[in-house]
Amino acid sequence: MRSPSELPPQNRGLTAIGGAMSLIAVLLIVQIWLLTASLESFLAGNRHTALPAAIFSGLMFLVCLGLYAFVARVDSGVHGPKGR
Amino acid sequence: MSWLRRGSSEPLWKEEFPVHTADERYVTRRQLTKFLVLTSLGMFAGNLWILIRSILYKAPLYPQQPIAQLGEIPVGGVKLFTYPTKEDHCIMIRTGEDEYVSYSQKCTHLSCAVYYSHADHRLECPCHQGFFSIKDGSVLQGPPPRPLPRIVLETRGQQLVAIEVKG
Repeated sequence: MRSPSELPPQNRGLTAIGGAMSLIAVLLIVQIWLLTASLESFLAGNRHTALPAAIFSGLMFLVCLGLYAFVARVDSGVHGPKGR
Repeated sequence: MSWLRRGSSEPLWKEEFPVHTADERYVTRRQLTKFLVLTSLGMFAGNLWILIRSILYKAPLYPQQPIAQLGEIPVGGVKLFTYPTKEDHCIMIRTGEDEYVSYSQKCTHLSCAVYYSHADHRLECPCHQGFFSIKDGSVLQGPPPRPLPRIVLETRGQQLVAIEVKG
């Protein structure tokens, strides 16, 4: 079995993108859970959970955005500025 | 979002529809990643909406409404009324000589009307066998996720007056 450094650059890029996508998917599942839990709490009359939920959701969105920037950078790195 | 496409001199449409098959894998993964990030933005927007709603929330002002005369119903007896609006059905039970409790009659599961079971001394929802405590309206058994909202009663002279809904 070849190590990641021995893989062709395109396949290395795909592996990195796959890893980033998996992380984003996990964060998204946590965000969905957070939204349903805070909505349930809000409808039950507990209003003090809304602020921490919004902060954590925002942080997770920022991490997702950072991962997307990473994916875009890997993508352009593999292809190069005029790689198409 | 142009900063996310650094180093690319091609127009977007050319990037999204590559000529080579190998490049297509990148496009589908990048598009799925973009979709996931946009969904994440949607979740964040939902949480922000809840936050704004809780900041702007104002406690409702409840009317003061006479419900019954003291001693109008016997011990263990029940009186049905509506409060705070005509659509909000409530139940009042006389649990002792000078003790009255009152709750919303709407089950917190699927809004069936609860009734007082004298034999078991509890409030019961006939639809899905949800039972509530007569003391505080808490769930004793069944699918209801929350206690019954309690109607706060006040004695004024010989009258029982509903002043607030809690829960």
